[in-house]
Amino acid sequence: MASETSGETAGMPQLDFSTFPNQIFWLVLSLVVVYFIVSKVILPRIGGVLEERHSVISDYISQAADFKKQAEEAEADYEAALAQARAEAQAIAADTKADIQKELDKAVAKADAEIAVKTAESEKAIALVREGAVENVREVALATTNEIVAALMPSVSDDAAVIKAVTARMKG
Amino acid sequence: MAAEEHATGATLNIHPMDQFEIHPLFGDGPVHWYTPTNVTLWLFIAVAAIVLLMVIATRGRNVVPSRGQSVAEMIYSLVRGMIVDITGEAGLKYFPYIMTLFLLILFTNVLGLLPYSFTVTSHIAVTGVLAMAVFMGVTLLGFIKNGGKFLKIFWMAEAPLAIRPILAVIEVISYFVRPVSHSIRLAGNMMAGHAVIKVFAGFAAVLAAGTPLGAGLVAPIVAIMAVYGLELLVVVIQAYVFTILTCVYLNDALHPGH
Repeated sequence: MASETSGETAGMPQLDFSTFPNQIFWLVLSLVVVYFIVSKVILPRIGGVLEERHSVISDYISQAADFKKQAEEAEADYEAALAQARAEAQAIAADTKADIQKELDKAVAKADAEIAVKTAESEKAIALVREGAVENVREVALATTNEIVAALMPSVSDDAAVIKAVTARMKG
Repeated sequence: MAAEEHATGATLNIHPMDQFEIHPLFGDGPVHWYTPTNVTLWLFIAVAAIVLLMVIATRGRNVVPSRGQSVAEMIYSLVRGMIVDITGEAGLKYFPYIMTLFLLILFTNVLGLLPYSFTVTSHIAVTGVLAMAVFMGVTLLGFIKNGGKFLKIFWMAEAPLAIRPILAVIEVISYFVRPVSHSIRLAGNMMAGHAVIKVFAGFAAVLAAGTPLGAGLVAPIVAIMAVYGLELLVVVIQAYVFTILTCVYLNDALHPGH
């Protein structure tokens, strides 16, 4: 046994042709078994799984595309609504501004009219007062002149001449 | 003489080829064609491992795969991609057989790296049968699909006319060498790597006994680790290479016009 082992190790067990039929038989048997398992179970199963996964993923991708489209539509709607609201707000602001301007103009006109009336009245009152003052001054001047004339020259008492002289002086 | 050899071998107790011996599983009798041997055992373990990974791990058919199912799907996609890349969609008809080859070679290769295991693919008888099956299958397929036009693969239409006959002779020789290189590449790689590991393991035993505190053990063990890592790469690559060459040969049969 010992010498036999030693003899075989000197050569290669791979070249021991007596074991070839045994190896070939079991190899072919294993090949057939594995081929059967591969073709009947492994390939259909894994192929099916990969196909299913592929379809699931493409479903999800198309769903995601739908959602994206929806989101884009919603965004567009939102933008449109926002733009409309902005336009409305601007219109309202412009209207309000115009209204306010109109009322303001009206109020200014009214105030101007009132002011004009008041100014006219005041001018009339001032004219009256001025006329009154001039008359008073004339009377006082006449009286004073008469007194002065009477005091200085009692013999010369000519009222008509005094009035004429005072009137002439006041015009000057 | 033989006994003497054995006596000298006892001091340097390295038998790197012992691991490749074929022996009956039960008893010590002769190896008949039907005898269950270590070849049988490791082939069956490989088949069981294939079933475990490719069938049991995928039984959930999950859309979101488990870890095992992911690995099975990766192998499926790898082999399918290989066939489609090299032969086009036409080669998918032979997907089951190419998958069978890849799985059986991959699993026997990887299982062969377990300590005390037996590497079925280190035997030229096994790889020879695999390679001859591919060679004969592809050649028959070439003639069935293309008839006499299949011979065009030996006739380089793009070469100058004068050297075409010489090229044809070279092409014919290289065609018939294909199964030889195809099988020896795989068996040789398996055998060499395993033998190297065994030799280093023998060194470890000798150095452990011959140095104080067995310190000499360190270098061979580091070497074994390095070679083992390399082997792990080699066994997978060789399974891949065998399969991809099968696809290349198949492509010749399907599309002989180069």
